[in-house]
Amino acid sequence: MSKIKGISFRKIVVYSLFGMAISAIINSCQSASEIEMAKYLSNGKDIYLARCQNCHGVNGEGLGELAPPLTDTVFLKDNKEKLACYIKNGVSEPMQIHGKTYQEKMPAFKDLHDIDIAQVMVYITNSFGNKQGMYTYEQVARDLQHCK
Amino acid sequence: MKKLTLYAAFGMLLFGAACTQEKKLPILGDREAKISKDANGNEKIDTVYKTIPDFKFLNQDSVEVTQDMFNNKIYVADFFFTSCTTICPVMHRNMKTIYDKYQGNPEVMFLSHTIDFKYDKPSVLKKYAQKLGVDGPQWQFLYGDKATVYSLAKEDYLVAVQEDSAATDGYVHQGWLVLIDKHKRIRGAYDGTKTEEVEKLKSDMDVLLAEKD
Repeated sequence: MSKIKGISFRKIVVYSLFGMAISAIINSCQSASEIEMAKYLSNGKDIYLARCQNCHGVNGEGLGELAPPLTDTVFLKDNKEKLACYIKNGVSEPMQIHGKTYQEKMPAFKDLHDIDIAQVMVYITNSFGNKQGMYTYEQVARDLQHCK
Repeated sequence: MKKLTLYAAFGMLLFGAACTQEKKLPILGDREAKISKDANGNEKIDTVYKTIPDFKFLNQDSVEVTQDMFNNKIYVADFFFTSCTTICPVMHRNMKTIYDKYQGNPEVMFLSHTIDFKYDKPSVLKKYAQKLGVDGPQWQFLYGDKATVYSLAKEDYLVAVQEDSAATDGYVHQGWLVLIDKHKRIRGAYDGTKTEEVEKLKSDMDVLLAEKD
């Protein structure tokens, strides 16, 4: 009786370890798109801190009426195909953000490549209360062709 | 043995006294010794500290401002320009938190000199101040000609500034926030782009305000 018990106990341990190993493998394997997204987010954050944060703030809160906040999700969504142009070429037209008008000039970031723009956009549109998913550098290239 | 205990107690007392001494900020800049004779003919040595010389500039309301405005006040000074997109936004974001802390305190003022003598006329400074969220005379934004402002920066506040066509916005300058006491002496310089240095400035301002002349 005790021997049977012993065997079955051993079996339980072995099976459960095996099961845990399998589930660990499954859980650690993110899908390729998730990995890509994580890569964009972390690179985007570095670019944001180096190039955007001085005006737009570490939490996207903006700076008085000098620089708009990046927390207006509706604005970001409605103007998504213009965002790449804003970053690459700068902005001088007034913008309505959170119902307020901002008309200070935003400088152009000519030295940012499509991939940099895509990454910083993914970071901005998925931080500060925004959650708008992926945006690839191919889309940046397409959007940049339609800049005004 | 008794003697030893006495010495030890005395030592401890001294140590304790040293620790409770009030904190004092250093006085920065070149200094010179001035030797003078008093009425009895005894020689007396005075230390003469560097002070900010008098100036005359237009502020954001196009009113002429001299050092009289800063009499009996401590103030924080910096050099910036309104179209600067690199360090100025960070400096003024941080300086604004100091302004908010001391807003309405009659002993504290703020002074920003623009180094963009071409574009930053008083009306531009006024608009900038309002957009930053600063209203009223406690924070002065001053406009002056290049020679006067640049030499004030370099010679007196010890902040490097220059025109540079290769720079992103046409000028380069250091981001120091300079703390000046009621006798126009420099008592500290803090990197306005670093939050921890700005926190240090805030606590040093409390020390300076508590200082007896």
